Amino acid sequence: MNSHIILRVVGKFLIPLIIIFGLYVHFHGDFGPGGGFQAGVIVAAGVILYALLFGLKACKQAVPPSWIRIGMTVGVLFYVGTGLVTWMLGGKFLDFDVLHPATDHPLGQHIGIIFVELGVLFTVATVMVAIFYAFGSRQPQIMDDEKDF
Amino acid sequence: MSTFLTGWLSAEAPVLIVVLPLVMAAFCAVMPKDKIAWIITLITTLICAVLAFDIVLQVQSAGVLSYALGGWDPPFGIEYRIDGLNAPVVLLISAIGVICTLYALRSTDAEIEPKKRAPFYAAFLVAFAGLLGMVVTGDAFNVFVFLEVSSISTYVLVAMGASRDRRALNSAYNYLILGSIGATFFVIGVGFLYMETGTLNMMDMADQLAVTADGSRVAQLAFAFIVVGLGLKLAMFPLHLWLPGAYAYAPTAITAFLAATATKAALYLLLRFVFTVFDPSLAFIGATLTWLLAVLGVVGMFVASFQAIFQTDARRVLAYSSVAQIGYILLGVGMGTTLGVSAGYVHLINHGIIKGALFLALGAFWYRYGIKRVSDFNGLGKLMPWTMSAFTIAALALIGIPGTAGFVSKFQLLTAAADNGWWWAVGAVVVTSILAVIYMGRMLEAAWLQPAPLVNGKPVASREAPWPMMVGLWVLAIASLVFGIMPAWPLELASGAAQVMLGGGL
Amino acid sequence: MFSEFITHFNYIVVIILMMTGLYVVFSASNMIKKLVGLSVFQTSVFLLYITMGKVTGGVPPIIEGLHGGDYGPENGAGHGAEAAGQAAEILYSNPLPHVLILTAIVVGVATLAVGLALVVRIREVYGTIEEVEIDRLNYAFNMDGVDEAASGETP
Repeated sequence: MNSHIILRVVGKFLIPLIIIFGLYVHFHGDFGPGGGFQAGVIVAAGVILYALLFGLKACKQAVPPSWIRIGMTVGVLFYVGTGLVTWMLGGKFLDFDVLHPATDHPLGQHIGIIFVELGVLFTVATVMVAIFYAFGSRQPQIMDDEKDF
Repeated sequence: MSTFLTGWLSAEAPVLIVVLPLVMAAFCAVMPKDKIAWIITLITTLICAVLAFDIVLQVQSAGVLSYALGGWDPPFGIEYRIDGLNAPVVLLISAIGVICTLYALRSTDAEIEPKKRAPFYAAFLVAFAGLLGMVVTGDAFNVFVFLEVSSISTYVLVAMGASRDRRALNSAYNYLILGSIGATFFVIGVGFLYMETGTLNMMDMADQLAVTADGSRVAQLAFAFIVVGLGLKLAMFPLHLWLPGAYAYAPTAITAFLAATATKAALYLLLRFVFTVFDPSLAFIGATLTWLLAVLGVVGMFVASFQAIFQTDARRVLAYSSVAQIGYILLGVGMGTTLGVSAGYVHLINHGIIKGALFLALGAFWYRYGIKRVSDFNGLGKLMPWTMSAFTIAALALIGIPGTAGFVSKFQLLTAAADNGWWWAVGAVVVTSILAVIYMGRMLEAAWLQPAPLVNGKPVASREAPWPMMVGLWVLAIASLVFGIMPAWPLELASGAAQVMLGGGL
Repeated sequence: MFSEFITHFNYIVVIILMMTGLYVVFSASNMIKKLVGLSVFQTSVFLLYITMGKVTGGVPPIIEGLHGGDYGPENGAGHGAEAAGQAAEILYSNPLPHVLILTAIVVGVATLAVGLALVVRIREVYGTIEEVEIDRLNYAFNMDGVDEAASGETP
């Protein structure tokens, strides 16, 4: 326990920053390099770091696996929901131009891409954590007398 | 009548058919009860089948459906493009999807642990969406994405057979390795095509490639990578090693679905790239068709048929038979003539229907009596007369008895080979059909002519397959009869496809 | 010769990585090593695509100075024309291959995750991840002709 104290204290400082940095990368994707994929992985890295420092059990209390499953679906729904809205507004699937009536500036594209990437953020972050949980919560099976291949 | 849906639905059908199963898969994954997930899956596949039928009708009247995704016009945006070549495949996939879902209601009860059933349906819908996506899209990279979407979910589905037989895991792993190599080869090919043409839209690629008339070395390289990559995916003869294991150990509903659709979608992609993206009149492509596809097709027909004869597991027999049938299709395609290509295409559709029916029947035998080996088929004709009858119809169609769909496509193939002067191919088709008589005949003989085994001195009670299994099985069996007696519709679709491939105008 | 080497350096690396990866996939018997080989193979494709996106002398394809301040529609007049004008003057690298490869990376991660999950399950069921061993077990299993339904359980 004590041997982890520095890591844990620093981790407590770092994890919120990592998640905020993830959000920064996400919203920066509108202007430059960034976007939902990268942001999702960064947010997931924050969660995984928490699991590494405080144990999988604590992490599963903080971020329950049921949230993760719902998060994956919510992400897909955000993505497709954007498409649904464009359909309802009379455009083609994911035709963001119909989202905003401005003609001199493609504001609809800005709005559309933020929502789509939000879906990507949710899905990527939750899927990454789900993969980690799936592998992490397996009982170790390696025996001591295992041959070293 | 070009369409029977409302204007909006039929206009958005090309994208709806892909998006709907993807979204519903997400819902299925979080469903607490597996029956709800099943209902969602059934409704989704039904809607997709209706949309697919509408798409076929629209294509028959309008020629080409083009859908610019996100309002970005092709060639800059992703285009979903459906013409005579892919519309029938869309219909095949979605119809088989409905049948397999119906079938899965009872088969999953026996094969999948209750906790995994909702994810099973989710993975099934993702695979379904991926297959439809890779068929409808007109964008080369989008093809890769959907190829992988369908493949990855397929690996998962195959591995779910592990609760019945642990070798499913090993097969799924081999499938994953070979499938990923195939997809990566494909994406390398697409990359070289992009280098050569600067576009990812297939129609635009074709236009750009036509400019460099003789085909530059980059284009030739791209062609080689794409053919090898898709060859792995469609189980072209020497690249088929993943197929028998995956078919033999996957859950029964998935085996039927894979056998009827997955290799067919990859075959469609091969046709699309060889004939419409590249110009088949180029020398190196003509040589590939004759010396690679046709020759490997024939070798595959022989080797896989012989291997099928010596298998003991019934599903492996049919799996090797699938490799042989893919050989027929490749032989037809390899001729490069309108007759040959349309014969290959009609065999693609017919074989999908026939093999679907056969695998569904095998699943039903397993479901009722736990039968896997050919040697256990004794007396099945008396124990499950209706199921065995459907199996027999499909088996006769596979052999190519007149009056069945298999005869129509094999006859087309023979005509095309004779017309092309390839008498050796005529001989090969006839001889391998005799081999098919041997490996299918073994099962039929045991089922109909041998007495049923006695358990503790008493005859085994007759138990038919449950109705959800029976419905799908008989729909496919009747389809393989109807397409044999009245082959006008599939032949019309095939000639439409051949026109797209060889008609010159894209 | 040397200049040829320099200009084609990336492609040479791509080929080396590709062949290394393929060789590992085919030669390794350990399932994890096979997956490693597969990843290396896929990575070579990422490099191939990224190489083709590079335009000599091209700058990152980010249009500077457009969104410095408030970018509402009232301030945004003429953005399109401005951007088009800038794009004509500045040579940008091609961003499309990067976007494609982002997708391919995600696909690769998904494949790897599924592959590793399969290996974990195989390890639990067979007790080994050596293909030779597993083939031997399967072969013995086939020869013994044991009731196959019982094979689902962990040995």
